[in-house]
Amino acid sequence: MNHFPEGWGRPRDDVYGAYDGSHLKTVQPGAGFNQHTQSPIVTGTSVIAVKYKDGVVIAADTLASYGSLARFRDVERLKVVGEKTVVGAGGDMSDMQYIFDDVLERLMIKESYSPESHSPLLAPHVYTYLSRLLYARRSRLNPLWNALLVAGHDEHDKPFLASVDLLGTTFDGPALATGFGAHLALPLLRKLVPNEEASQNVTKEQATEAVKAAMKVLFYRDARSIDEYSIAWVTPQGVEQSREKLENQSWKFAERIRGYGTQTN
Amino acid sequence: MFRNSYDNDSVTFSPQGRIFQVEYALEAIKQGSAAVGLVSKTHAVLVALKRNAEELGSYQKKIIGIDSHFGIALAGLAPDARVLSNFMRQQAMSSRLLYNRPIAIKRVVDSIAEKAQVNTQHYGRRPYGVGLLVAGVDKAGPHLWEFQPSGMVLEYKGAAIGARSQSARTYLERNFEEFENVDKDELIKHGLQALRDSLAQDKELTSANTSIAVVGVGEDFVLYDGDSVQVWLDKLGETRSSRRRAEEEPATTEATTTETTTETTTEGAAGSSTEGQTGPGGPAGPLDPAGENMDTTE
Repeated sequence: MNHFPEGWGRPRDDVYGAYDGSHLKTVQPGAGFNQHTQSPIVTGTSVIAVKYKDGVVIAADTLASYGSLARFRDVERLKVVGEKTVVGAGGDMSDMQYIFDDVLERLMIKESYSPESHSPLLAPHVYTYLSRLLYARRSRLNPLWNALLVAGHDEHDKPFLASVDLLGTTFDGPALATGFGAHLALPLLRKLVPNEEASQNVTKEQATEAVKAAMKVLFYRDARSIDEYSIAWVTPQGVEQSREKLENQSWKFAERIRGYGTQTN
Repeated sequence: MFRNSYDNDSVTFSPQGRIFQVEYALEAIKQGSAAVGLVSKTHAVLVALKRNAEELGSYQKKIIGIDSHFGIALAGLAPDARVLSNFMRQQAMSSRLLYNRPIAIKRVVDSIAEKAQVNTQHYGRRPYGVGLLVAGVDKAGPHLWEFQPSGMVLEYKGAAIGARSQSARTYLERNFEEFENVDKDELIKHGLQALRDSLAQDKELTSANTSIAVVGVGEDFVLYDGDSVQVWLDKLGETRSSRRRAEEEPATTEATTTETTTETTTEGAAGSSTEGQTGPGGPAGPLDPAGENMDTTE
């Protein structure tokens, strides 16, 4: 079985010689044809966020994995856009860098040239822009391999939190999480904010506590996570950001565990 | 055919530093029927005088809605206004689709100014033959902009373009401090009062020849055309120009400006000839400098 698709359905190289792809402008050495991203390489894991009565709290750890190798341990996966929006990214880190350092920087520069009479660039605007970008890219079968959360507030100063992924799928909610977080963190966060109304009665402290607890659970059970993370609070007054290290972990019980069944010590 | 050797195209400066083709394009606006725009603290209003080519013909549309928060009134070549308004619609839609926010009036006006400027800089192109009043509401409130084919755009509290528009401008200059604080109905009334002063001697405002558009803070752009205009004309009462009233009722004389009387004499020449549409060379060719044989402006 030939495992290289570029070899399928073509005359055999050993009989007819190698395929001459020189007339193809986009040809890459060794590929034979242009290849789009088919899978992520260096990846970031979950992003989690919760709305509270004044704003949104969002967190993501600082690890960029290379497969199962914990390769880069100090990667910032939260980006402040303008003054009142934070975007969190999981998935492919090169695509994240393209979105953060290229797309969003360009958007902010363009915005700085716009007239005073324009409503300022808020989270819903950044979110709409990113959702159009990700859907356009997947429609060209060349997706940006990310799951993004956009946190901020709308023009009425109400907290805004929404998600878009590599397929261009969009949704919002009072608590959101990507990747592993959607399975492990979201059920915990939803105890605090089961619906939009509930989020309006949640304080910053309660929301922060829930997010920190969820980050700890993710570190316990997500093999692509690390015990250091960034956390940001977005309110109409601006963005507050900090770096946290997981503390008060619970491992003491482990020394009593022996074997896998019948072993006693 | 040409006044001098510096007006064959829009890429030639005269020794005095003028671009004659651009100035001829500005003449096309003056041939068009009048349009007036004015703003208060809460509303922006456009009023325009529509023209019909002959008794049996329809009246040419003068006001075009672009997005729910702004629209334009035109004077000059209507097809050029269609091109520019289509472009503005695209800009406005793009802003809504891509950023989920209504476009700022200044940004959309700047974008057509840039298009107009490019046309004065490349060989084989011609300037747009149309002037626009752009009225709308954005984050910073109501705005009125005037667009000229030279690429110049200016923001106004009140402005008028087209034939005999000086009379309307005079009205606006005398009253702008008053209409700054009035409500929607009063602002439209001021607009119609300015517009009726730019009427030809034998004309008056009717529901057939008048167009009104209004947009306000928290209110969408609305165009009143045909029968719906009659309500506003009834509120206005007098539909003849103050100049004509002064002549017909000498007892209640109003001050008439000198330039309005001079304009009345030139008006006959512009409207009389219907033969020979555009100058040689078709639409891509240079504009007819005299402008007398053109009756294609609205």
